[in-house]
Amino acid sequence: MLPEVGNFSLILSLFFAGSLAIVPIIGYWRHNPILLSTARPLTLLMSCFVLVSFIVLAIAFLTNDFSVLYVSLNSNSNLPIWYKFSAIWGSHEGSLLLWVLILCGWSTAVALKSHTLPKEVGPIVLSVLGMVATGFLLFMLFTSSPFVRDLPNVPANGEDLNPLLQDVGLVIHPPMLYMGYVGFSVAFAFAIAALITGNLNSSWARWARPWTAVSWAFLTLGITLGSWWAYYELGWGGWWFWDPVENASLMPWLAGTALIHSLAVTEKRGVFKSWTVLLAIFTFSLSLLGTFLVRSGVLTSVHAFAADPTRGVFILALLIVLIGSSLLLYALRASQVKAGVAFGLTGREAWLLLNNIILTVLTLTVLLGTLYPLLFEALDLGRISVGAPYFNTVFSPLALLLMVFMAIGPLSKWHNTKPSLLVRLCVWPGVVSILLAGVISYAYHLGGMAWLSLSVAFWVVLLTCKDWFLKVSAGSKGIIPRARQLPRNYYGMMLAHLGLVVSLIGILMVSTCSEETTVKIAAGQTVSFAGYQFTLNQFESLKGPNYVADQADIAVYQHGKLVAQLKPEKRFYEARRQVMTEASLDAGMTRDIYVSLGEKLDDQAWSMRIYVKAFVRWIWFGGILMMCGGVLSALDKRYRNRVEGCHA
Amino acid sequence: MHPIRRKRIITIAIIVLVLSGAIGLVLYALQQNINLFYTPTQIASGDAPTGVNIRAGGMVVKGSVKRDSNTLFVSFNVTDFKHSVHIEYHGILPDLFREGQGIVAQGKLLSNGTFLASQVLAKHDEKYMPPDVANALKQAKSNTPPKPYNDN
Repeated sequence: MLPEVGNFSLILSLFFAGSLAIVPIIGYWRHNPILLSTARPLTLLMSCFVLVSFIVLAIAFLTNDFSVLYVSLNSNSNLPIWYKFSAIWGSHEGSLLLWVLILCGWSTAVALKSHTLPKEVGPIVLSVLGMVATGFLLFMLFTSSPFVRDLPNVPANGEDLNPLLQDVGLVIHPPMLYMGYVGFSVAFAFAIAALITGNLNSSWARWARPWTAVSWAFLTLGITLGSWWAYYELGWGGWWFWDPVENASLMPWLAGTALIHSLAVTEKRGVFKSWTVLLAIFTFSLSLLGTFLVRSGVLTSVHAFAADPTRGVFILALLIVLIGSSLLLYALRASQVKAGVAFGLTGREAWLLLNNIILTVLTLTVLLGTLYPLLFEALDLGRISVGAPYFNTVFSPLALLLMVFMAIGPLSKWHNTKPSLLVRLCVWPGVVSILLAGVISYAYHLGGMAWLSLSVAFWVVLLTCKDWFLKVSAGSKGIIPRARQLPRNYYGMMLAHLGLVVSLIGILMVSTCSEETTVKIAAGQTVSFAGYQFTLNQFESLKGPNYVADQADIAVYQHGKLVAQLKPEKRFYEARRQVMTEASLDAGMTRDIYVSLGEKLDDQAWSMRIYVKAFVRWIWFGGILMMCGGVLSALDKRYRNRVEGCHA
Repeated sequence: MHPIRRKRIITIAIIVLVLSGAIGLVLYALQQNINLFYTPTQIASGDAPTGVNIRAGGMVVKGSVKRDSNTLFVSFNVTDFKHSVHIEYHGILPDLFREGQGIVAQGKLLSNGTFLASQVLAKHDEKYMPPDVANALKQAKSNTPPKPYNDN
């Protein structure tokens, strides 16, 4: 009975979403304030019913209702309870429901905050979100309802959640990622509303900025969590594979980063307006494209989800309708947007323009590498894969270039900065960072690429600190009061930029200083590697809630001292009859020791992978810093209560 | 020149510069890093190039997996049920590697017809068949001539 309630409430929410998509727009068109004012209640109703559906599905999972097909395919009565909950988004149907739920969450947040917007903008923003929701609810109801029953042959037990997904990382990774993906729909809705109303001034950018920053922060966290999960769960010790699904999340992130910066220019200087709108459309389109790539199964990927052609066609159609209509609207209306003040080629605008160009090019290269195999096959040229080296070759130089400019941007002033002043500010930090990086890479035999990357890292740190120091030491007040006066927005930017440097150092060190080996090892044996001795004490069999495992007990010594006790496992999940490698690692600031079991070779010996990963934690720590930067800048005072600002 | 026009020209020049740099990089990288997929039949008929990175795949032939007793060396045959290829690999095979299972190997074809794999991929779901392998089996079954080798 309950699953039918869930399905029915989805249908109801579709009804409300459909009304939300149409009624406020008619109200705007007819200048009818009553129709316009329906947007808020409709949003709340739509969200309410999606929430009911989600709760119903959660109950079905927690009570082991295997008559529901989706539950029986993705759960098992032996599954630990928190994995039962996370299994809701463990596969296609449920993760779509999560997607829609999060969209509703963002819509509700906009609805509750919309009183600060001009009268007709709020309802139109909500209406655009309603259109997106309508599309996805239709998709769910027609091709992938999670409430389909498997009657009358109710299985006694479920087929279990994919063991790969039975992990803490996967409990939180998809919701965070979706918060980011879907959050860009708000910026998108703002952009469309601006195009519809023609109300594209700098206050438009001011409303859109905090929403974009928060979604960007969530997406950053989501990607960071995903990378961390892949690192310890897939058992190969890699933290980024340039897998199509990873690229699908990286592309909106890159475009979103560009959007944050171009919104800043639009808000402060009133330029780049139509470009910002276009970028908002692109960012959300890339989020949708990501959903399409992940969910349609058109690309070969380690994530390899359901490959159902009707679903792919439906999402593709949705994608084309949404992107096509918003681009059409853009083409029709963007010409009305007047460029404000002319921007100076030597001012900060120019550096941010450069930032946008490079980020856009980066996005396009990732897009090309991701879609190239599809293109190649469509042209009947054969089946290919584009490997990680392509992305590394293309991505690294452009990203380093971006970071070089990233340091200069904040130092320069809006509209006009004397080039001679910039040169004077930059010379010493430049020389110091190149020399310092040179000394370090020479002392540790790191090579040319490391020299370059470290120079960039020091360069950004030095210039960022210098900028802060110049800002706080100007004027007659003391340093501390001045430092307090600087807006949160500024500190957010600083934190995000430094976070990127931390990640860069992590990426650099892990790719140049890590060591790995594969060995054959039996109980009682010791293997020496990278200055550590790994002694395999014994093997143990153990039984988990839904699996049995072989567990190795490995003591790691350095200079005769015990540094870590590692227990990697090889698990066999009974319901799916699937083998899983559970790596074990000793985390540290400067190095991770990482051990994962390979195969049982004969009665005693196993093959085993050993990695010593240098500075790998820094990659994710940098990601967390970037996330905090995004959140901090969204909390800036300027974004609060600005009803009067709409005529700025 | 009008200052606005000058700005536009400089902006466009920067865009063209960055873009052409990126396109150069992309072309260079694509040339180096595209791995074409070949079916065992294509390899047997000599369509696959030797000495460059390619991918090959099919079903692992039952009883063909042989391990070295001292090292991590392993060899096996993969087939599309018409022809088979001998694959050699040094390292740890993925969890889902099993006889009778579809796999994809990445590596180089030697002139004696042996495929030296640098990486062996099996998908993390046992119901799942790599699309490349599925396609290879379909091709072999339908008896159509394999797609011509494309050199680039």
